[in-house]
Amino acid sequence: MTALAAPPTAPEKGDPPQTPPSGRRIGKGGAGRTMKGGWLSYLILGFALLISAFPFYWTIVAASRSNADMAKVPPSLLPGPNLIKNFEQVLEEADIGKALLNSLIVSGSITIGTVLCCTLAGFAFAKLKFKGRNALLTLTIGTMMIPPQLGVIPLFMLIAELQWVNQLQAVILPGLVSAFGVFFMRQYLVQSLPDELIEAARVDGASTARIFWSIVIPIARPGMAVLGMLTFMTAWNDFFWPIIALSSQEPTVQVALRQLGGGYVNDQSVIMAGTLLGTLPVLLVFGLLGRQNVGGIMQGAVKG
Amino acid sequence: MSLTATAKAGPPSPAGTGPGPDDGRAAALRRTWRKASPYAYIAPFFTLFIAFGLFPLVYTAFVSLYRVELQTSGEMEWRGIANYTALFTDEFFWTSLRNTFTIGVLSTVPQLAMALGLAHLLNYKLRGRTFIRTAILLPYATSVAAATLVFAQLFGKDFGLINYVIGLVGFDPVDWQTGTVASQIAVSSIVVWRWTGYNALIYLAGMQSIPHELYEAAEMDGASRWRQFIHVTLPGLRPTIVFTVIISTIGATQLFGEPLLFEGSISGGISHQYQTLGLYMYEQGWGFFHLGRAAAIAWVMFVLIVVLVGVNALLVRRRARKEAGR
Repeated sequence: MTALAAPPTAPEKGDPPQTPPSGRRIGKGGAGRTMKGGWLSYLILGFALLISAFPFYWTIVAASRSNADMAKVPPSLLPGPNLIKNFEQVLEEADIGKALLNSLIVSGSITIGTVLCCTLAGFAFAKLKFKGRNALLTLTIGTMMIPPQLGVIPLFMLIAELQWVNQLQAVILPGLVSAFGVFFMRQYLVQSLPDELIEAARVDGASTARIFWSIVIPIARPGMAVLGMLTFMTAWNDFFWPIIALSSQEPTVQVALRQLGGGYVNDQSVIMAGTLLGTLPVLLVFGLLGRQNVGGIMQGAVKG
Repeated sequence: MSLTATAKAGPPSPAGTGPGPDDGRAAALRRTWRKASPYAYIAPFFTLFIAFGLFPLVYTAFVSLYRVELQTSGEMEWRGIANYTALFTDEFFWTSLRNTFTIGVLSTVPQLAMALGLAHLLNYKLRGRTFIRTAILLPYATSVAAATLVFAQLFGKDFGLINYVIGLVGFDPVDWQTGTVASQIAVSSIVVWRWTGYNALIYLAGMQSIPHELYEAAEMDGASRWRQFIHVTLPGLRPTIVFTVIISTIGATQLFGEPLLFEGSISGGISHQYQTLGLYMYEQGWGFFHLGRAAAIAWVMFVLIVVLVGVNALLVRRRARKEAGR
């Protein structure tokens, strides 16, 4: 017990959720790295993976069958032949095609804009000295925890005043605000951009703008990529604000899914086909870059 | 912010007299610009932040004191605290407050407990480590809407797969829609499914920052794996646990998409049995067009979050003090 009395104080000083410097490379050091997992660990993890994956599998099964199949007892557990037919039907009935295009435009613009704004601001907060820096940074971080959902009413009044309701910029512009992104890029640059490099460039007569383009951007690129992926996912999946600001005339995928679930399409397998179409793009991004996403979240991502 | 930048960069130019910029003036200009330019870097973010982030948050409190209707959102009529009194006399407000709390507990507690267990297992040396971590994060990449539509299907009363399995085991089918407890469990399960893997990875990151020596010392003292988990891992993980509890609490307080899409009704079931505060706010604002009252609900949610986070912090501090005193 004597040795065990010490631990509580030691690691408490660090704040793991926010980018522990050693956490940059996952899997280095740490507790259980020497302990091998037994068969029970694999069994439990296997079960967890099954539960994680089953709804995806079920979506495919349901989307490839007919509505009549869905009402059968016992239910069919294998994919059927109707996938293409259901896709066609949902494209026709719920305008998923337009929704996909809109979501691509919205999420793409938000991703590019957010990464740019946050890298600029993150660089200033990390490496430039100016009056009010700490106060502004505190303000930014302080609002990180406040859910944007709470400001939705004035935001709607503002958008209505600007006559932007039902237009994509109503979703894009508010989507660009990411206090988390600023904080993330600042942390990234504090760690990976040495002050000496900037000093050296200054001595050579480089302006701040020049330094930003030729030194900061290349170094920040991996961090920008992680932030970009997280932003894209969040933007693609954003639900509350889009269903308020947009309607079925100009839907994003989530707005279209809401319409689908709202009851005017009664065919369960068509609904599941729409769900599948709306989820595939983000799963694709995730599949391609999942490893980096895992790294990004472990470095201290905050719920979207 | 950009105003400051231009104001600061402004003065030097009219001060100069010569037609061409001489060296001294150029240097002075450059110096001023260097001082002002940081503001140019934060200007894009802060312009958007103030317009679409800060202003709406602050203005919500103001709007909650007025009568504002959706169709004529430009007209505001002073009501004082009438929006709040109307709220507190509406039984559905209290229903949704209670539901938010029960669904919050039903979703947060199992989610975090399972995440902790999974993180512990993930921390072992495992084959296919990256694959497992990625796969466990898959639900997090799914949208609320998509996940809820699939779960609504699985929880179907007559033809849902879950009721089929329950029937196989020999129990009666559960009415996942109309039963208060059953429907809340169903809605919570969506939250649990989407967030458990995410929290597990956060815990895993926390576990990996616990110094290895602590485990070696514990092992030398003959502590079993279980005791090591209780006496080394859990205390070392405390800041991470506090972080996830706070984040989940905030998420639970504003739960919205899951109850909305579970049956597609804005009142959260026939008898509001799983309507949350977030959904109640949406119903008041965009179902009944009372934006002012919706703003009052938003403000109540904000206060609720502040109180819950405060209580959390207080508990943690007291706990820490207790342990330090031991």
